[in-house]
Amino acid sequence: MALLSKKDTNLILDPLADNNPITIQVLGICSALAITAELKASVVMALSVIFVLGVGNVVISFMRNMIPNKIRIIVQLIVVATLVIIVDQVLKAFAYELSKTLSVFVGLIITNCIIMGRFEAFALGNGPWKAFLDGIGNALGYGVILIIVGFFRELLGSGTLFGFKVLGDPVTKTGLYATGYENNGFMIIPPAALIVVGIIIWLQRSKNRALIEEN
Amino acid sequence: MLEHLELFFKSIFIDNMVFAVFLGMCSYLAVSKKVATAVGLGAAVIFVLAVTVPLNWLLDQYLLRDGALVWLGPEYADYDLGFLSFILFIATIATMVQLVEIVVEKFSPALYNSLGIFLPLIAVNCAILGGSLFMQSREIATFGLALNYGISSGIGWFLAILAIAAIREKIRYSNVPAPLRGLGITFIITGLMGIGFQSFGGMLTGGGDSVAPVEETTAKKEEAKEDEEKKKKDEMASNAVSYTDINTNE
Repeated sequence: MALLSKKDTNLILDPLADNNPITIQVLGICSALAITAELKASVVMALSVIFVLGVGNVVISFMRNMIPNKIRIIVQLIVVATLVIIVDQVLKAFAYELSKTLSVFVGLIITNCIIMGRFEAFALGNGPWKAFLDGIGNALGYGVILIIVGFFRELLGSGTLFGFKVLGDPVTKTGLYATGYENNGFMIIPPAALIVVGIIIWLQRSKNRALIEEN
Repeated sequence: MLEHLELFFKSIFIDNMVFAVFLGMCSYLAVSKKVATAVGLGAAVIFVLAVTVPLNWLLDQYLLRDGALVWLGPEYADYDLGFLSFILFIATIATMVQLVEIVVEKFSPALYNSLGIFLPLIAVNCAILGGSLFMQSREIATFGLALNYGISSGIGWFLAILAIAAIREKIRYSNVPAPLRGLGITFIITGLMGIGFQSFGGMLTGGGDSVAPVEETTAKKEEAKEDEEKKKKDEMASNAVSYTDINTNE
């Protein structure tokens, strides 16, 4: 990586695993779980958050010396809200069906704790380039979890990926269904997302025991 | 009157903020280690939702929705400012939270001390913005219903955080596998509670998008009931284990 110094690379790579926003920092769970029943929605949500967090971090970082400390939360909220409006309008224009599926959860990116958390913890104290990398890194870490959850929920719940019937047709009993395999309807209902994330946390912490909590 | 009751119970149990739509999860997970703090935050959420949802309903009705500006005169009938709702809603919420904080600090220092630290947190709680956005997308019809929706979804959130805080206080005595301790087990418990709450889905059939055939709903209900009973049994079993653990430890 000639473009990035080692420190900068870490800004991107750390949040992907050992400092993951969802499984370690416990941020941004709010709008993440409800939309992961389909892989497509998860990917779009991840892309939206990457855009909002990357750009937002840069904007806040540029303004960091001008924002009065007392009203910084409102300033941050306005910046995020503007960016989210852009995302929402773009989705409505080019992917109307999808924006219906995501419904209010696009708007809820505003109150996604990852965004406010990174603004507060990083963008207010660092230069724009670093803030940009940090934003992209954290949004990617968020996106990775979202895509893993979406992948398993769609595959096990409906037997499809991106809407393609990868396991065969459940009605005409082709592919895997010919052997008597059934879709697991449990994966479609919202609480399953929580359990899948719980299992991801379990796996991650059994791999890296330094992350285990003291009760 | 009936629609008020229906909305009230629907928003508390069926469309529970935490278990059905996962709103306010961040603070739900972060502030649920002790029952006392959970109660403080829950009360603050009810309060702020009860203020901001009706306020945003007024904004939506008279400013944002398609043709809402018609009260200014017929030439304004074509305006649709819907795209501004995010920024307007969040600004209302942030200002209201700030305002409530100042007022409470001035007039009731005791309440401020118990509630105050949670108020700034609440401005960025997704449950608050989610309340307003759902109010808009579900097209709640009157001011009274919006107020009702704010209060009842707040109560739903309050119940959820209270329940999880109580369970987390108890679970400290259980022998949870080390990698699951803390966050992991909280996720899984919340998932199980969510499945339990799904059983309320059969309570009202009028509110859903599509009214399911009666047989199907009862079947679902029974399934969910079984789940809940199983969960209860599991809970009892784990409690029993935990008590024996304590005994052997002593």
